[in-house]
Amino acid sequence: MALLSVEHLTVSYGAIRAVRDVSFSVEEGEIVAILGANGAGKSSTLNAIMGMVPGSEGGVTFDGQETHGMRPERVVRLGMTLTPEGRHVFPNLTVDENLTLGAIPLRDRSKAPGLRQQAFDRFPVLGQRRGQAAGTLSGGEQQQLAIARSLMCSPRLLLLDEPSLGLAPRYVDLIFDLIIDLRREGVTILLVEQNVDQTLLIADRGYVLVTGQLQMTGTAADLRASSGIERAYLGIGAD
Amino acid sequence: MDLDLFVQQLVNAISLGGVYALLALGLAIVFSVMGLVNFAHGEIMTLAGYGMWFVGMVIGLTLPFMFLAAILLGLLAAVLMERIAFRPVRGSSVVTMLITSFAVSGILQVTFQNVISPRPRGIVFPPEISQTIDVFGVDVEIIKLMAIVMVLGSLGLLMLFLRRTTLGISMRAAAQDFSVARLMGIRADTVIAVAFAISGLLAGVAAFLWVAQRGSVDPAMGLTPVIKAFIASVMGGLGSLPGAVVGGFVLGFIEVMLQAWLPDAALPFKDAVSLVIVIAILLWRPQGLLGKATDRV
Repeated sequence: MALLSVEHLTVSYGAIRAVRDVSFSVEEGEIVAILGANGAGKSSTLNAIMGMVPGSEGGVTFDGQETHGMRPERVVRLGMTLTPEGRHVFPNLTVDENLTLGAIPLRDRSKAPGLRQQAFDRFPVLGQRRGQAAGTLSGGEQQQLAIARSLMCSPRLLLLDEPSLGLAPRYVDLIFDLIIDLRREGVTILLVEQNVDQTLLIADRGYVLVTGQLQMTGTAADLRASSGIERAYLGIGAD
Repeated sequence: MDLDLFVQQLVNAISLGGVYALLALGLAIVFSVMGLVNFAHGEIMTLAGYGMWFVGMVIGLTLPFMFLAAILLGLLAAVLMERIAFRPVRGSSVVTMLITSFAVSGILQVTFQNVISPRPRGIVFPPEISQTIDVFGVDVEIIKLMAIVMVLGSLGLLMLFLRRTTLGISMRAAAQDFSVARLMGIRADTVIAVAFAISGLLAGVAAFLWVAQRGSVDPAMGLTPVIKAFIASVMGGLGSLPGAVVGGFVLGFIEVMLQAWLPDAALPFKDAVSLVIVIAILLWRPQGLLGKATDRV
């Protein structure tokens, strides 16, 4: 049984349908990519899975449990979390305080100190800046903090929304290396990215969204080989 | 200028400004997590005042019990208000929530008038609290000293809570980015209930100090201080907690200094003059003293 399965998901903002009847699944241990141009409905899909969009319809099942309609604060307690697009660290809180909040969904709070140490081992720069306000960090450092904060709840499934967006090349490589490491550690990844080439190199499978609808699906190798991807982007990527 | 008099006026300013600061802080903490300006905040204070009257005058208990009644009733009133009146309109437009708070305020005032009395209820305090004691050569009323100690104590405790506890850090996070805070597993209901609980406790402390100064409680008692507190929180930067405290103290300082040094003929215009000063401050810093120009809401 799939770790996450999404069935006939539709997301509307008023009269605008951002996502239309999208179904897909993620198996335990996979890296699955959702690809598509700006405005294709990728972020809306992730937000709806987390219960952050009131007007969504369809079914979301995580680990055999129906989660659609649950509030985000309940969904994260089941072991699935999202690192949102644009990082969204709490700028006025320190690095340490941001990590403290990340550990709130943990069932066993005694794990928090170990996870915090793990975060500092994984991202040494965060250890150096633990007392600093998160808003004073550079973009790449904030992205590391945002991911470290998500990992504080020891998730089984991590949703990553555009983690490499706007980062300097060396940070982009760091993020992609990190995703590979996380999978090795047993974290399942659902990744939304604009960086198609690098994403398809590390992903197992991919889904391509065009204007809110599922256009293509296949293994990463198949998608790399097909020209449909480029058309999917070019077709509406006129902005 | 007479230094002695100045220090006394400074004590007055801190104790009056402290009450404004506590009320403004209560408004700001609720506003920061749910975007509601709670104009029924004054009625929480009035209710706490009636609690003091009941415990002190009807039952006949001593001052510490009156204080306890004030803060417990403030807490209870604020939490119930959120549960009954504001939860149903959560997430609605600012105007909807504002009108709801006016309605709650009106209903409570009329209830006080009909159930208790439209006339003030006198509360007798032990005469010792109006005596003066010598602090470094300056005569200071004990009630003023109590006010300063209670205000600073409340602010200190609140700061410890917001900085040292996970729940406190969650409150600060929710004030910055509510939806991402929920993504951290922070429960929206908890954060908002705690914000109201804190605002109620602070209103209870403010009510105790306010009633101790005037010696009575009436149905409209909360109106004036809550309007002053609203002015203070706007002056400090609406939604900013340090701003609310600074705004409260600045407003208290302005009022006390005008009271002391305006010529007698101009005293009736004291509030007008103090508001002109507030407007001047806002023209100079439209975002408030500590507000950031780029802050959302």
